[in-house]
Amino acid sequence: MADGDFGNAKSMSIIVTKGSLDWAYPPFILGTTAAAMDLDVTMFFTFYGLPLLNKKLDLKMTTLGNPAMKMPMAGMHMAMPNIVSALPGVDRGATTMMKNLFKKKGVASIEDLREAAVESDVRMIACQMTLDLFEMDRKDMIDGIELGGAATYIDVATKSDINLFI
Amino acid sequence: MADQTLNAEGLNCPLPIIKAKKALKGMEAGKVLEIRSTDPGSVADFAAFCDQTGNELLSSNTEGNIYLFEIKKS
Repeated sequence: MADGDFGNAKSMSIIVTKGSLDWAYPPFILGTTAAAMDLDVTMFFTFYGLPLLNKKLDLKMTTLGNPAMKMPMAGMHMAMPNIVSALPGVDRGATTMMKNLFKKKGVASIEDLREAAVESDVRMIACQMTLDLFEMDRKDMIDGIELGGAATYIDVATKSDINLFI
Repeated sequence: MADQTLNAEGLNCPLPIIKAKKALKGMEAGKVLEIRSTDPGSVADFAAFCDQTGNELLSSNTEGNIYLFEIKKS
């Protein structure tokens, strides 16, 4: 498939701007599912979403400033007060707890979903400006991605049936 | 009778769909894939998947906690 040439298939683009463990899920779930449903999918990774293209993923999350995050615990649902979230080690604990929860509930890891995206020919574009800004290295990233900027994304978006910003 | 069976028990969204797609990819047109899932969301999702991809949803049944689907590859 030539760049931007989607033929007759339906298509979807996603701008991926967040790279925490929890926020990495929506774009990869939607991207892989759309690809499974025969859509041509393009994902544009920018700002904090760009590290999701690194070969080695070390995703973390924080409960800080997230009153909607209520974890199932001992039969109840518990939200974390900000003053507790800010303590050393709490983020690490929350990350471990979330990863265990994913495993227990049969939810794929981000590594697995990303692999599924690569296998199903999802086009992945790394934002060149973010790469420069955060002094990241293309060599640390997975194979099969492209580099591009805002114009590259806009070109894709004008030809896509669905455009999402996550 | 299904030509191939996919056990997606214990898997959550979107894995049953992604694994089903993978299985269908390796099958010839007209062959039937049976899928066993424990994800209640897969009932709506396999209907949507078939609607979008043109594969035919021959059946969608529940047996206890198991959701059973038969999809004919287009």
